Amino acid sequence: MKARVTVTLKSGILDPQGKAIEGALLSLGIVGVSSVRQGKVFDIEIDGSDRAKAEMLLKQAADKLLANTVIENYRVEVMG
Amino acid sequence: MKAAVLVFPGINRERDMARTLRLISGRDPAIIWHAETELPANTDLVVIPGGFSYGDYLRCGAIAARSPIMDAVRAYAAKGGLVLAVCNGFQIACEAGLLPGVLMRNARLKFICRDIFLKVERSDTPFTRGYNAGQVIRVPTAHGEGNYTADADTIARLEGEGRVIFRYVAPDGTRDPTFNVNGSTNAIAGIINERGNVLGMMPHPENHVEAAIGPTDGRGLFAGLVEALDRAA
Repeated sequence: MKARVTVTLKSGILDPQGKAIEGALLSLGIVGVSSVRQGKVFDIEIDGSDRAKAEMLLKQAADKLLANTVIENYRVEVMG
Repeated sequence: MKAAVLVFPGINRERDMARTLRLISGRDPAIIWHAETELPANTDLVVIPGGFSYGDYLRCGAIAARSPIMDAVRAYAAKGGLVLAVCNGFQIACEAGLLPGVLMRNARLKFICRDIFLKVERSDTPFTRGYNAGQVIRVPTAHGEGNYTADADTIARLEGEGRVIFRYVAPDGTRDPTFNVNGSTNAIAGIINERGNVLGMMPHPENHVEAAIGPTDGRGLFAGLVEALDRAA
C-alpha cells in the first residue's frame, strides 16, 4: 500500500527557512504570498493490505522518528 | 576519569574531544561505536561529541539519537552518570530525550564558525566548578542549527530552576542580541537536565585548551569535571 506522512512545524515555531523562501518568492516577482512554512513529506510503501494496521504503523514511525513532536505536527494518510 | 566518547557515522569532533580529555585528565577515553549496546564498566563520563551524524539527515541528531548505544546512555544517565553533549551531541541529546527542547536552524540562516563569548551562569555544577559564576569565557562555535527553542513552559522551568548554564553574551558579559549568534531563546547556549548530570551546549570548549593555538578558556570545564570525579571517587 502507498502511504504518506506529512510533517509540518507547529504554529508559533519560528521557521527561518520558510521566511527565506518567502523572501526569495518575493524577489522573483511572485507577489501575493503572505507566508511560507516549510515541512516534509514521506512517501512510504507498506506491506500487506490492512489499513488500520498500516495507520498504526505510520503513527508509530512518526512518533518515534519522522517528527519531533516538540516542534512538529504530523498527518498520516494511507492511500491504498 | 573513565570517559567514553561516542562515535556515530558522520561525527568528526571525537578526536579533538579525546585529545582534550587525555590532555586534562591524563587518561585516554574509550571510543564507543554507536552500534554497541553497553558502555564500558565504570564509565564515569559519557561525551557525545560534535559533527554531522548521519549527514544531518531528517533532523540534526535525530537518527543518532535512536542508535543502540543511546539506550545504554539513557540508563546510565538515569542512574546519575555524567553526560557532556557538545554541538551535534547537544542536538542528539535533545532528540534522545535526555534534555528538553530542540535546536533549530540559526535565525540568520548562516553556518557560524567563529569564537563567541559565553557567560557561565553557575559554578556549582560538576561541569562548571572550574569557573566562577558570572565569568565570561571565549570559546569557538561551529554550527548551522544551534537556535535553542522550547515551549514557553519549558523555558520558564529552565530559567526558574537555574538550568541555563551558558548564555551567549557580549565580551563584557552583558546580554546583547547581536552577540546571540544563532537567535536562541533567551540567548541559551547550554542547559542541564533536572538532575544536573547531563549538560548540552553548542560551543566547543574542547577546542580552546592549549595556549599554543589560542585562548584556553575551555580548560575549566574539563579540569572541573576531573576534580568533581576525583572528589566523588
